[in-house]
Amino acid sequence: MKLIVNGQQHEAASQNLDALLTELDYAGRLVATALNGDFVPKDERAATPLADGDKIEILAPMKGG
Amino acid sequence: MTSFYGFEPASRLFLGTSQYPSPKVLEDAVRAAKVDIVTVSLRREGADGAGQAFFDLIKALDVRVLPNTAGCHGVKEAVTTAHMAREVFGTPWVKLEVIGENDTLCPDVIGLVEAARILGEDGFEVFPYCTEDLVIAEKLLSAGCKVLMPWGAPIGTARGLNNEYGLRSLRGHFPDVPLVVDAGIGLPSHAARAMELGYDAVLLNSAVAGAGDPVGMAKAMALAIEAGSLGRKADPLDARDMAVPSTPVFGKAML
Repeated sequence: MKLIVNGQQHEAASQNLDALLTELDYAGRLVATALNGDFVPKDERAATPLADGDKIEILAPMKGG
Repeated sequence: MTSFYGFEPASRLFLGTSQYPSPKVLEDAVRAAKVDIVTVSLRREGADGAGQAFFDLIKALDVRVLPNTAGCHGVKEAVTTAHMAREVFGTPWVKLEVIGENDTLCPDVIGLVEAARILGEDGFEVFPYCTEDLVIAEKLLSAGCKVLMPWGAPIGTARGLNNEYGLRSLRGHFPDVPLVVDAGIGLPSHAARAMELGYDAVLLNSAVAGAGDPVGMAKAMALAIEAGSLGRKADPLDARDMAVPSTPVFGKAML
């Protein structure tokens, strides 16, 4: 299915958010996720299904003021 | 000692972690100024894993992190970012920014109050980046905030305290609320002045990171903040219009 991940188009096979993180090599990294603007906690990723056109944000610690 | 949601930092300098010439300079600046609280953010993670390396550096500094919602322009965006930050950084603290205007990065104070209320009810400990407006300050406190962080001047402008009267009024109206001047500081004298006004801490980033010698400036800011704080506690003399001789007039020779 076609997804928008961090603003970029992706063709992904994963059916849920947890699987998508593994598919995109984020497994084991400290990241937070949002689906279509809503926060998805880590322990809910596996139970969060994905659909064509979904927008996913994968965020990590970064410098800030 | 002022408590920020139960934490009493030894240093009254809160330091941002952005824009340094290198991670090493950031590390040296934090250590040189003996900073206890640093601000951090969340951004899209790329394939290079830069975010993980950054967080390893921050963890090694043994400081409290204050995640921000920088760049958020709406309540929903700020609240979602705060939730993501809480999970990643493992802290209920959030420096809440809801930006209302792009040229000045002026807070959208109405959205800020709403976001603060939502987050406060959800267990967050909110450090709101606000203006010096007394009415908004009252609403933020009513929304559950136990710290206020009014701007000195727009972020990154290095203009110092644009509205000293407003900042003094805020201090006077809320004598028991921890107040932090956040943003706009350029010089150590600006930071010292904030402390002389009775503020509890100063949060700055660009003034240190953008200096020619960030480590030297971090030290200067820390010393200025300590000097301003000691000066405030020492009950300074009021300003006068007319001269008052300091050397005794009595006993002066008639020559």
